[in-house]
Amino acid sequence: MNWISNYVRPKINSLFSRREVPENLWTKCPECGTMLFHRELAANLNVCTSCDHHMAISPRDRFSALFDGGIFTEVKVPEPVTDPLHFRDQKKYPERLKAAQKATGEKEAMLVAEGEIAKTAIVAVAQDFSFMAGSMGMYVGNAILAAAERAVKMKRPLVLFSAAGGARMQEGILSLMQMPRTTVAVQMLKEANLPYIVVLTHPTTGGVTASYAMLGDVQIAEPNALICFAGPRVIEQTIREKLPEGFQRAEYLLDHGMLDRVTHRKALREELVTILRMLTNQPPAIKGELTAQPAEA
Amino acid sequence: MNYLEFEKPLAEIEGKAEELRAMARGNSGMDVTKEAEALDRKAEVLLKDLYKDLTPWRKCQVARHPDRPHCKDYIDALFTEYTALAGDRNFADDHAVMGGIARFNDQPVVVIGHEKGNDTKSRIERNFGMARPEGYRKAIRLMDMADRFRLPVVTLVDTPGAYPGKGAEERGQAEAIARSTEKCLQIGVPLISVVIGEGGSGGAVAFATANRVAMLEHSVYSVISPEGCASILWKDAEKMREAAEALRLTAQDLQKLGVVDRIIKEPLGGAQRGRKETIEAVGKGIEVMLKELSGKKPEALIKDRRTKFIEMGSKGLAA
Repeated sequence: MNWISNYVRPKINSLFSRREVPENLWTKCPECGTMLFHRELAANLNVCTSCDHHMAISPRDRFSALFDGGIFTEVKVPEPVTDPLHFRDQKKYPERLKAAQKATGEKEAMLVAEGEIAKTAIVAVAQDFSFMAGSMGMYVGNAILAAAERAVKMKRPLVLFSAAGGARMQEGILSLMQMPRTTVAVQMLKEANLPYIVVLTHPTTGGVTASYAMLGDVQIAEPNALICFAGPRVIEQTIREKLPEGFQRAEYLLDHGMLDRVTHRKALREELVTILRMLTNQPPAIKGELTAQPAEA
Repeated sequence: MNYLEFEKPLAEIEGKAEELRAMARGNSGMDVTKEAEALDRKAEVLLKDLYKDLTPWRKCQVARHPDRPHCKDYIDALFTEYTALAGDRNFADDHAVMGGIARFNDQPVVVIGHEKGNDTKSRIERNFGMARPEGYRKAIRLMDMADRFRLPVVTLVDTPGAYPGKGAEERGQAEAIARSTEKCLQIGVPLISVVIGEGGSGGAVAFATANRVAMLEHSVYSVISPEGCASILWKDAEKMREAAEALRLTAQDLQKLGVVDRIIKEPLGGAQRGRKETIEAVGKGIEVMLKELSGKKPEALIKDRRTKFIEMGSKGLAA
């Protein structure tokens, strides 16, 4: 070993190789393994162009593709007490929160927005699975209450995109109490006769499924989304047998009468507009208003 | 008497006292009264000591104790004319959930609760208190009836959680729980709930979204079992002690958090050592809570429940 191979080469490598292959330019589809170029994938709303596998999409990207011209206004969510139980597992809860905030650039696991889709005014909420598995704590409860209050005030329908591993354990019983809390929010909408549409995305499980995500007037799911109360692993451990193919997936739930529709992400916007305009007794949307600007344009 | 793991030293002393007395019975010339009584006193001191400051994990064990009074025991002792009403009118009758009309102090009420069973046969029949969707749908039906006929609803919560089974999921476990919680919030009659053992997650909330929630002194109420939490967050199910601590699942912590309105005292050594007193104390608690709500208008009861849950958790634990 001489100084050239020890020092010069690593230095040269670090100068060039990293720049040549930046990360995140290509995404491998977890379903079919196809390498997908990021621009292409984003333009296709994070759906694999080869096998139609629906990957996670951030609330912001979803809203950009949903609202007319990609324009929406965020609805303010009241801040809850941080770390109400002073919870600590292997890490302190506030540290986990900070790490999630840093990784996602978002404050919490839910984003509330208002705007128009095909000139139909709505309030929308989307859950962010990349933020601590989208788990439901006080903030998520506050977000849903804020969204429902805003919808009632503005007399607009509410569209909710769910994605969560369940309740946020670090908030203990208070996360469980978001089940009744969010149910109150749904009741506010129902009493005001406002449509409440739930779009269940992969995965929606636990206390989230067992509260606001199952109480929609219309229940739509994205293809192949896992939707359940108890997860498949827990069930397999309990009953000690293998579960059938496709168990607890969107299509399976549709077959068992738990959903109204399973809809491809690219067809979702148009479908929402159609449903919302009928439920709110508005004339059909004029063709040509249906396309949102892609986020990058 | 079934002793819990942490009660082992107590089991030894009580066992010795019992042995002495048995020996004396077989041998008339022997007088062991003094020794046996000394052991009794020692046992009592130890019992007091053990139960003085139960750790959260020990509370979980006490809450799950097989000799604790269960839903059926409370219904038999505290209610008269209990008339079970079965079935969800859709699929089946869930034996993990008892429910029907009955009189409490002569007043007609609807009573609903999880029943765990008390021997192998009844435990299997009751599915260990783990309800399937039919259980929640039966509860919804009974709450609707209570609302129509203006009967207060009393729920007794004692479940490890909703049953994680294939059929339960296929028939919409999540939807059934969501609708049950929704129904709790909708009825215009007093709804009171007592956690008598384990308040396990969504399966408990579906019955306990009430105007007043009481808990027995050593019962627990949690979003997830300590074992489940430990295996997810610590990646080690054996860390259940730490998880139980962190989750704040004891009646005492839950009262501080404003989730629980009232704690019902248990006799020394837990409900399993004084079933009768425990049942009486729960009866007293139900009576007081019903009285607090009597005469309130339907709209006021609904509003009271909503406001309570909307405001819940806004303060957290005091630092």
